[in-house]
Amino acid sequence: MKPFRMLGRSIRDAVKSVIRNFSLSLASISCISITLIIVAVAIMASYNVQNFTREIEKDMTIVVFLDNQIEQDEIHEVEEQIKSISNVGEYTFQSRQEVKQKMQEESEIFSTVLENWEDEDSPLKDTFQVKVKNIEKIKDTAEKIQAIEKVSVVRYGEGMVDKMVTAFASIKKVTYGIVVALILVTIFLIVNTIKLTISARKREIEIMRLVGASNITIKLPFIIEGMILGVFGSVVPILITIYGYFAFYRHFDGYLYSRLIQLIEPEPFIYNVSLIVIAIGIVVGMIGSASAVKRYLKV
Amino acid sequence: MDLIRLKNVEKKYKNGVTAIYDLNLAIEKGSFVFVIGGSGSGKSTLIKMLYREEKPTKGQVVVGGLDVAKLKNKKVYKLRRKLGIVFQDYRLLPKLTVYENVAFALECIGEKKDIIRIKVLKALEDVGLKNKVHEYPNNLSGGEQQRVAIARAIVNDPKLLLCDEPTGNLDPEKSMEIMKVLESINKQRGTTIIMATHDKEIVNKMKKQVITLKDGHLVKFKQKGTYAE
Ligand SMILES: Nc1ncnc2c1ncn2[C@@H]1O[C@H](COP(=O)(O)OP(=O)(O)OP(=O)(O)O)[C@@H](O)[C@H]1O
Ligand SMILES: [Mg+2]
Repeated sequence: MKPFRMLGRSIRDAVKSVIRNFSLSLASISCISITLIIVAVAIMASYNVQNFTREIEKDMTIVVFLDNQIEQDEIHEVEEQIKSISNVGEYTFQSRQEVKQKMQEESEIFSTVLENWEDEDSPLKDTFQVKVKNIEKIKDTAEKIQAIEKVSVVRYGEGMVDKMVTAFASIKKVTYGIVVALILVTIFLIVNTIKLTISARKREIEIMRLVGASNITIKLPFIIEGMILGVFGSVVPILITIYGYFAFYRHFDGYLYSRLIQLIEPEPFIYNVSLIVIAIGIVVGMIGSASAVKRYLKV
Repeated sequence: MDLIRLKNVEKKYKNGVTAIYDLNLAIEKGSFVFVIGGSGSGKSTLIKMLYREEKPTKGQVVVGGLDVAKLKNKKVYKLRRKLGIVFQDYRLLPKLTVYENVAFALECIGEKKDIIRIKVLKALEDVGLKNKVHEYPNNLSGGEQQRVAIARAIVNDPKLLLCDEPTGNLDPEKSMEIMKVLESINKQRGTTIIMATHDKEIVNKMKKQVITLKDGHLVKFKQKGTYAE
């Protein structure tokens, strides 16, 4: 019972002082909001990027066409060299006969046309289908394979994809930097808001100490005040997350540019993101108020 | 039984001033003790060590079984709950009513609402302010404000009431009212009272125990003492 009573009191005091220091509270809340909007967008973007890179990675194969006049043991040699490239994952070999068979199975027309070609003059080639471990390095890997002797042509996905993937990687780094800077500014503002509250309630705190309030009782209202700032600060970012992502998803019909780049379904994704956003808000608020309490409340 | 015991206590402030030299004292439960002495003689310092606002630099201060000097900062509240403190400047919260000011002391330690109500009204009755429960401190006279402060100090039934010049801002008549309140608390509740004061008249009239300090040294500890040396 007693902890609940104390908690109720602390929350009441915290709300009161948020209202009393309205302008500074509003500044903190706005700063938290801006930070969290960027955090939310960054989270959603990076989850999506992760999601479709994973999808692409699954499908993404480098197709290696070998020279027409290649001997069986040379094929083996090429295979050894491909295998030795570190980014190479699984790979399969398809001989031109297998390719031919496959194409014939797929369509009647192919079937009759291909029937007349002998192996010697067939335009079809022996191929390796190579999967990479890290898609960001696919270009590099493709070039390495291209350099192997007896390799005629190397093809992989749309060129756009790998460019996009590397672009996302650098955007991610910049975003991290911005978010960290914003969080620091936010904490600074919260510290100052709480500091003001503490000085406004100096007398009260002094009396609390005299009458034997425990340290946690004295600190709790300020910590809760910080958390309230965090919660208020996450309202707008959460609305933006929910409505914004829904709208975005609908506008693009669930994918970007090509079917290859699928967006994550809004539900329950946006709710998870909202939870993360409010959690970050609360934690940042708490860190700010805790450090203010530590610095300005000698208990 | 001694409620308070001081053994070879010395207090030297950080600026090098020694406010108390080698003080030995034992104060019995239920006593009423004046602490007198000139300005700067160490009265406030002694009181402050009793509620652990200041730590002794040497020696031992025991209050109600708690070794005050050894008490960790985090545990000071345990000591504070055993005692009440009254200052010259009342230290009330202006935005709270009389009732709320007294109740504040109990709310801070998580007391139940209905118990708070009973205790607060009893304390306000004991200091004779039951008819001013809903007034704000600024609408009260100095004597009345000090009585609110006393009510707040005794509301949790402390064993010990510390007063640092509680009548310092009051005229003789109001001062005597405060003294009557304190005396009845001492008698009715059995609360031990230690009061630092400059006021010769009060000390002479009350005929209580008197600790006399001079430049940080204990000069006298007399039963039924007077201010005259
Ligand atoms: N916080 C402090 N820091 C440094 N020195 C202090 C501090 N408080 C008191 N002193 C010094 O300690 C000595 C005793 O001070 P104290 O306040 O105990 O005297 P007092 O008897 O209460 O005086 P008064 O009757 O004027 O209230 C004085 O010399 C004073 O200057
Ligand atoms: Mg003094």
